[in-house]
Amino acid sequence: MLELKTPSDFEKIDEILKECEYKKTNLITILQKVQAIYRYLPQEAIEYIGNKIDGLSPATVWGVATFYAQFSLEPKGKYEIKVCDGTACHVRGSMPVLEAIKNKLPMEKGKMTTSDGLFSVETVSCLGACSLAPAVVINGKVYPKMTPDAVLIIIDTLMKENE
Amino acid sequence: MKTELKININEEKEKAIQLVKEQGRRILVCASTGCIANGALELIEEFKKLGANVGVLGQKDKMSVIPTGCIGFCEQGVLVVIPDRKITYVHVKKEDVKEIYESFVNDTVVERLLYVDPALNKPIVNNEEINFYKKQTRTALKNCGHINPESLDEALSVGAYAALAKVLEINDQEYVIKEIEDSGLRGRGGGGFATGKKWRSVYRHQGGKSYVICNGDEGDPGAFMDRSVMEDDPHKLLEGMAIAAFAVGADEAYIYVRAEYPLAIKRLRKAINDAEKRGFLGKNILGTDFNLKINIREGAGAFVCGESSALIASIEGERGMPRPKNIHMAECGLFKRPTLLNNVETFANVPLIILNGAKWFSSMGTEKSKGTKTFALTGEVNNTGLIEVPMNTTLRQIVFDLGGGIRNGKKFKAVQIGGPSGGCLTEEHLDMPMDYDKLVEVGAMVGSGGLVVMNEDTCIVEVARFFMNFTCNESCGKCTPCREGTKNMLHILEKIVKGEGTMEDLDRLEALAQVIKQGSLCGLGKSAPNPVLSTLKYFRDEYIAHIKDKKCPAGVCKSLKTITINPDLCKGCTKCARNCPVGAIEGTVKNPHKIDQSKCIKCGACITNCPFKAISCN
Repeated sequence: MLELKTPSDFEKIDEILKECEYKKTNLITILQKVQAIYRYLPQEAIEYIGNKIDGLSPATVWGVATFYAQFSLEPKGKYEIKVCDGTACHVRGSMPVLEAIKNKLPMEKGKMTTSDGLFSVETVSCLGACSLAPAVVINGKVYPKMTPDAVLIIIDTLMKENE
Repeated sequence: MKTELKININEEKEKAIQLVKEQGRRILVCASTGCIANGALELIEEFKKLGANVGVLGQKDKMSVIPTGCIGFCEQGVLVVIPDRKITYVHVKKEDVKEIYESFVNDTVVERLLYVDPALNKPIVNNEEINFYKKQTRTALKNCGHINPESLDEALSVGAYAALAKVLEINDQEYVIKEIEDSGLRGRGGGGFATGKKWRSVYRHQGGKSYVICNGDEGDPGAFMDRSVMEDDPHKLLEGMAIAAFAVGADEAYIYVRAEYPLAIKRLRKAINDAEKRGFLGKNILGTDFNLKINIREGAGAFVCGESSALIASIEGERGMPRPKNIHMAECGLFKRPTLLNNVETFANVPLIILNGAKWFSSMGTEKSKGTKTFALTGEVNNTGLIEVPMNTTLRQIVFDLGGGIRNGKKFKAVQIGGPSGGCLTEEHLDMPMDYDKLVEVGAMVGSGGLVVMNEDTCIVEVARFFMNFTCNESCGKCTPCREGTKNMLHILEKIVKGEGTMEDLDRLEALAQVIKQGSLCGLGKSAPNPVLSTLKYFRDEYIAHIKDKKCPAGVCKSLKTITINPDLCKGCTKCARNCPVGAIEGTVKNPHKIDQSKCIKCGACITNCPFKAISCN
């Protein structure tokens, strides 16, 4: 796990800030780039960015980070499972697929990541892959026309790869 | 004031056509999000192994494999098209590549991979005869699926940037705006505001810095038209934006794309880069003094950012909350400067209007809704995919002719149009043309164009709950009626699908709907109650069945389901009891089993596992 304690830990964030010209209008892009490295937005990073950019405060950055669904304040799993629950997927049975995943991967209440940090599960509103409904995306790869059985086979395969 | 261009667009086009010709005969493989998920990239690799040149221009060859954008017929993916012989192969797998390759060389046809028309029950050789395509008029999507979207030369070979060249040569902003006004083009993002009128008001405020913004935050669940334009023909969008920027006097533009569309972002970035290098964008476009810098902004997953003022807040790096519109965006928009904001599809129509003239465009469609509209046809219909039809096309033509009817021979129930802001259309609307004003009259809207078809097995109340859950989650929280109202409407709908609703709840839903509509600042709140209102209007009896009879007529709502075993059909094989996850089924071998209703979680595992069809659900 990457840590943000000593000044040198913040070098990567400094690079991003420089690339984005320390502009407050680039805040969302900055947060996206930080999340791409850490797989979530560590509180230390949010505070650091808020203090480094003119016209921003940690509170404002926090406000932006909590507004958008893409940003996560807790670490995401190695495999990010996104179950599409757009209209087309919903009508064609995305919820049974989600239930099957949740039964397979028990998580603490209120958490979206398994305790071993391997999987995180969330629903997304629409991936625009409606003709493949119901669709599931794992780390950017789209799995079309999912069924509860099919998705369990995929998860089993991923688990075996990590044994 | 005609200007002479330093780059001759016709010469560029001829050169590009020559390059494409040198590639030899073409095999097109659909490489859009849908087909990639079905294995298009592996397929292309197979072609490579057989020695085919894959989409590299400037290489002389007898034949080439071209990865294209979405061909539209997503249900049948992966699609492979042999354009010079008008053959379309469907459901192509990696294993089929060799056979296709050989038949291509020998000019034969792989019959087993042809599309079989469900009505005629025979394979169709000439792809122009496929109903799905025959009934469409592709203008905005014209090049999608025919060119390699990552190649500027391929785009040039089919006429990209010719309209921009024409505009810059004529060098008259008034002319451009007049053409758009005369064409009758209306905003394709949902509202249907007259595009020409919008352009003129931004033009009036020109003088300092102005901006053009393209709204590519296609958040409506069940819609992917804009994704296709951005992924499959990015140069058309860029050209449309450049023409708009010229017309309103802007020199900087933003495309706001959802982060859920990574391929669109990648291809747009490449397209902008390529176009800048060749002088079609950037500084001194086509050698004139017109400059345009186009930036891409990735959204971060907030539906409300599809709303214009919230989108601007998001580009400025803030929480995407709508702002009051007492001062018009044409005067004070992005960074407090005059701003023109249009949807992807609106911009994609612009180059065609400029090239073919306003009259050509306004000859299509109805009196007040001109041109064509793209729709994403999804749900319980045979041919899901992306379509483009003139605006006077009826719903029946779309669902039954293009869509090939309802899958598995089920009965048509309704179509949800316009996503969570729209409404539903029922059997009585089948013969109505899909035009802006007609749809508003019946309580729906074109929206961005998502059409989700529902059959008799879809519970309308559950769908209304689904949409309310969506808007409730996506409400930004600024206006109390929207923030609290959607929560309360959702709560009532949840009660109803659980069988705990009362008849007074229906009145409460309608009363809350009015408050939310009148008391919200932006389109999200104003339209959030639409799905509930329109389903209450057309399917009130289904709500009543949930409330009074405690029954879900479609058999979807779990709490209202009872699963029973028919003792006459049950052979006592124990398979259901073994598969029941909660041990709710009791019985001894060779004797009829019984379900303990207090334990049953209605998962349906017993129904799918019963070899004798003895278990049913009502």
